[in-house]
Amino acid sequence: MTSQFGEGDSVQVRLAFPPGHIRTPFYARGKPGVVESYVGNFSNPEELAFGHKDGAKLPLYRVRFRQLDLWPDYQGPEHDSAVLDLYEHWLEPLRAKS
Amino acid sequence: MAHQRAVHDMGGLEAGSVDAAGHDHAPWEKKIDAIRNLLSQQNYFGVDELRRAIEALGPGVYDDLSYYERWTAAVTRLLQEKGVITTDELGRMMALVEREWQEARKS
Repeated sequence: MTSQFGEGDSVQVRLAFPPGHIRTPFYARGKPGVVESYVGNFSNPEELAFGHKDGAKLPLYRVRFRQLDLWPDYQGPEHDSAVLDLYEHWLEPLRAKS
Repeated sequence: MAHQRAVHDMGGLEAGSVDAAGHDHAPWEKKIDAIRNLLSQQNYFGVDELRRAIEALGPGVYDDLSYYERWTAAVTRLLQEKGVITTDELGRMMALVEREWQEARKS
């Protein structure tokens, strides 16, 4: 599988809440960020969690978020950020704000 | 619609203070650590499955159990799921261990 996103791409974490073993933190869902780097392709822990080891390896990215975007009541400086490792199927291109 | 946040996925929630002091592990804690290690080495289950089974303990049980108690419950569940042990074997062994423990306390 080739990676869909590249460094500097604006993305948004999908707003989804499936049951199961999810590595995408609850607090990051629906939030906008910027791709920092493509890490490589890795087995999907969501499927490994049920013992399914033969699935495709999926692109994993480091995505940088502004703390202000993650936490509505954030008191720190505007440039504070956090980097999360996220699989491609949790990301979509950032939609323009309407 | 209120979305269900999984019990372990607590980033951003109030959680009180963290006890960062070092502490010794009880022998049974070292034992379950070793058992988990061995089962993974023998390909019975991986870390993702262990985490899934721990997270599936649900609110209440997850909060009440200690770290290695969660491991013990999750390892047990996975071994049942995979047919390595039967529920009947487990029940009989638990009753036997409890009986022996009670007798050991009396003597």
